[in-house]
Amino acid sequence: MNRLGFNKGALSRVTAIFVKEFIQLKRDRLTFAMVVMVPLIQLLLFGYTINTDVRHVPIAIVDQCQTQLSRQFIEDIKATQIIDVVKFFDSPSRIMEAVRAGKVGAGLLIPRDFEKRYNDKNNDPLAHFIVDGSDTVVAGALKALRAFPFTQSSSISADQIPHTIAVELLYNPEQRSALFTVPGLLGVILTMTLTFFTAVALVRERERGNMEILIATPISSMELMIGKLIPYMVIGLIQVSLILLLGHFLFQLPFVGNFGLLYFCCMLFIFANVGLGLLVSVKAPNQLGAMQLSIFILLPSILLSGFMFPYDAMPQAAQWLAELLPMTHFIRLTRGILLRGAQLGGLMPDVLFLLGFFLLTMLLATILFKKKLD
Amino acid sequence: MKLIDDVIVVHGLTKRFGEFVAVNNLDMNIKSGSIHGFLGPNGSGKTTAIRMMCGLMDASEGDIHVLGLSMPEHASQVRDQVGYMTQKFALYEDLTIKENLRFIAKVRGIPAALAKERLNAVMIDNDLVEYQSQLAGSLSGGQKRRLAFSAAVLTEPRLLILDEPTSEVDPNTRREMWAKFFKLASVGTSILISTHLMDEAERCHYLTVLNDGIKVADGKTDQLKNEFSHQVVLVEGENVTPLTDSIMQMKQVLAVAQSGLVLRVIVSKEEADPVRIVSENIGPKFSVRKIKATIEDVFVAATQTTKCRLDKE
Repeated sequence: MNRLGFNKGALSRVTAIFVKEFIQLKRDRLTFAMVVMVPLIQLLLFGYTINTDVRHVPIAIVDQCQTQLSRQFIEDIKATQIIDVVKFFDSPSRIMEAVRAGKVGAGLLIPRDFEKRYNDKNNDPLAHFIVDGSDTVVAGALKALRAFPFTQSSSISADQIPHTIAVELLYNPEQRSALFTVPGLLGVILTMTLTFFTAVALVRERERGNMEILIATPISSMELMIGKLIPYMVIGLIQVSLILLLGHFLFQLPFVGNFGLLYFCCMLFIFANVGLGLLVSVKAPNQLGAMQLSIFILLPSILLSGFMFPYDAMPQAAQWLAELLPMTHFIRLTRGILLRGAQLGGLMPDVLFLLGFFLLTMLLATILFKKKLD
Repeated sequence: MKLIDDVIVVHGLTKRFGEFVAVNNLDMNIKSGSIHGFLGPNGSGKTTAIRMMCGLMDASEGDIHVLGLSMPEHASQVRDQVGYMTQKFALYEDLTIKENLRFIAKVRGIPAALAKERLNAVMIDNDLVEYQSQLAGSLSGGQKRRLAFSAAVLTEPRLLILDEPTSEVDPNTRREMWAKFFKLASVGTSILISTHLMDEAERCHYLTVLNDGIKVADGKTDQLKNEFSHQVVLVEGENVTPLTDSIMQMKQVLAVAQSGLVLRVIVSKEEADPVRIVSENIGPKFSVRKIKATIEDVFVAATQTTKCRLDKE
């Protein structure tokens, strides 16, 4: 008890910490700019540039057949919009050169016996695509043209019906990448900014020498952690709102789901990231070390969570690893709520994971944080 | 409030960093209501010892009792009652003076109404009112020290631990700060103050001298001077500087230091006539007389005796 006999409350100490953090954040223009600019820039970059719908691949054509049927074949393939015919060559070797030089993504060789092959119906390929396989996404799209159903006339007789698979798309029927990307981007941006910010939060105080005065006060480890958590929670919610608004106005992201549920899930994810960031900050030797550790979290989050590559296509071990990342669960939640209109009942496992992850990381950070200088 | 004679009692305090022993078997008592100086050269272990007393570091060995409470078990209660000023400025450079003080007031649980009153009082006391909206990072060294001191006394603690509080301040500010220390001591505040400045050490009621982590002198400041076991002689004359080396070569001499136009020579207590042996060494052109020891002499003798002996052997 000191001479003034204060009522020493935990609430007062927590308030002191988060008010201080707010003032410092307000003065740190770089951090403040990151809060707004990172979502804005990433959303624009990813929203407009990440596009897995392959369109307009430049190709060259060698038409050795030069008949009405071969010209119709070329027009039909162009109509798919997957390719753009940019060159016509007269020999197959020119195609090879153009592909090797990177001038075209592929070459299409229509052989002299194209009409004979078409009429024979003995399953010989009609034409040959020579594809630059170094870009697997482009190559995949062109490989899909193998099953291209080509018929000579619009009226197809019964024996001419090509075998195709009918696909009906329930969600995102236009298959616009932006709709798939924006909910994932919520996760990337929150992970990137919040883990980075909080990872340096404690270690910065230690490096600047503030920790000596801080731990000489009666503040407890838990109070310090909670005081640090609150400002970043607010920052995270501002970023969520910003991303959703931009996603809605720039990419016509539909809000089909429960808005309250979405914010609740975002809050859980923010907590999980801040908890992880604080845990990093407790163990990191300095600010640089904290940044490096954050990259260890960010990279697998981007690569394994299903944001960049399909979760189901990953090997089993990678899927297990992905299950440990908060972002994997968050992407499931946001895509579920935003695109499918999913309800809490169906999302419970992911909600519980995020909650558990937050509690565990906060607990560990609090236990591992030593109010000592040695 | 429990009244105790000694606000800090340290017994056998040792701190090791690997092989290096920063503080070695330190015993010291700090009397309630006194200003106790902790004197030692840079790197002598003062800050490490202070950090252990504040509960900021764990001791490798030994016992510490602060305000009657054993450390580190009662660290949180002790922190509540101790005002601590760090050697390096540790408040937030990106907060203003007022924001820093408000933060400390809130963390220490001072109610809002009282906090306002205390903030104003410490800012007036330490001439910080006109700079209250200035960022701490933009303050001069002296202003930063005054801010750190204001934060340490904000709760009117029973015990103040000040780690080199007057470094980086001008002599006038230092004098003013010492006036405040005496004022606080007069109303019962106990102060432990570390320093390597001799004029500050002279002002303390009690002194503990630390060298290489080992206590080399301890006691009342006047007593340390009066009971100084060695002898001090003053060498006066024109251009005394060239004499330093030859005097230092003498077996009986422990240390020589020039002070203005004179040399202060510390001669071993075993020497029966220090004036004569120094006079014989430097010749008749210089006058030599015996004088009373100062704290600087106590300090120099305590911290250099071992080194001098080794050098001369």
